[in-house]
Amino acid sequence: MNEQNDEQIQELLKRSIAPVSDTGLRRDLWPEMLKKLSEQPVRVPWFDWALAAILSALLIVFPGTIPALLYHL
Amino acid sequence: MELLQRFAAGDLDAFEALFRQHQKEVYAWIVRIVRDRGIAEDLTVETFWRIYRARSSFKPDGNFIGWTRRIATNAALDHLRSARSETELPEDLAGPPQPDSAVRRETREQIKGAFRQLPAKYRLVATLALIEEEPYIKIAEATGLSANLVKIRVFRAVRLLRKSLSSLAVPLGAKK
Repeated sequence: MNEQNDEQIQELLKRSIAPVSDTGLRRDLWPEMLKKLSEQPVRVPWFDWALAAILSALLIVFPGTIPALLYHL
Repeated sequence: MELLQRFAAGDLDAFEALFRQHQKEVYAWIVRIVRDRGIAEDLTVETFWRIYRARSSFKPDGNFIGWTRRIATNAALDHLRSARSETELPEDLAGPPQPDSAVRRETREQIKGAFRQLPAKYRLVATLALIEEEPYIKIAEATGLSANLVKIRVFRAVRLLRKSLSSLAVPLGAKK
């Protein structure tokens, strides 16, 4: 009985919600893709942030190293 | 170097070539799940964005189309999960009504309403298997499930629908 009902439900579903007949893409989406690619912020790896933090801390604690650093740049 | 190898290495031109080759196919797959043209376009771009981000994990000798379809299915499933279940199923993309108009309009609306209330994971497989009549094996590949699990989910979707329609006193055998 339940199986019969299940088959009826499948039939009703097919009759109530028709398959999508128009699956054609109407425009090129590449410009949207480029926009999304360009919108994404540049992600700086955590290691780079750690290096920058260490360097900044060194320069604050030992300001005398600033001329040496500038000399080597 | 092959296109897929260049893509995996991060070549944007290769990505563009793949995008242009496959955007129609990805859109056609997604629109049958979400049944809304605008949302399907957004999800197509989202799918390729996920593909681009995951390029380093793609093996150039792998199945790009299968990989793409799985990512597209996940993007569509995420949308179904986040979209409110009250959202109407758009009608404009559906084909003409079935010639057999045995099902009354009121009953059809009740069935659509009950279908919208299904959990997203069941709605996804039921849409593809019962409405779009895709083979279980193709749905299994696209969802990353086994064909048996897809069958089980379709079965559960039908059971949930039956329960829901019974509580609404929808005449299941109604002709006319």
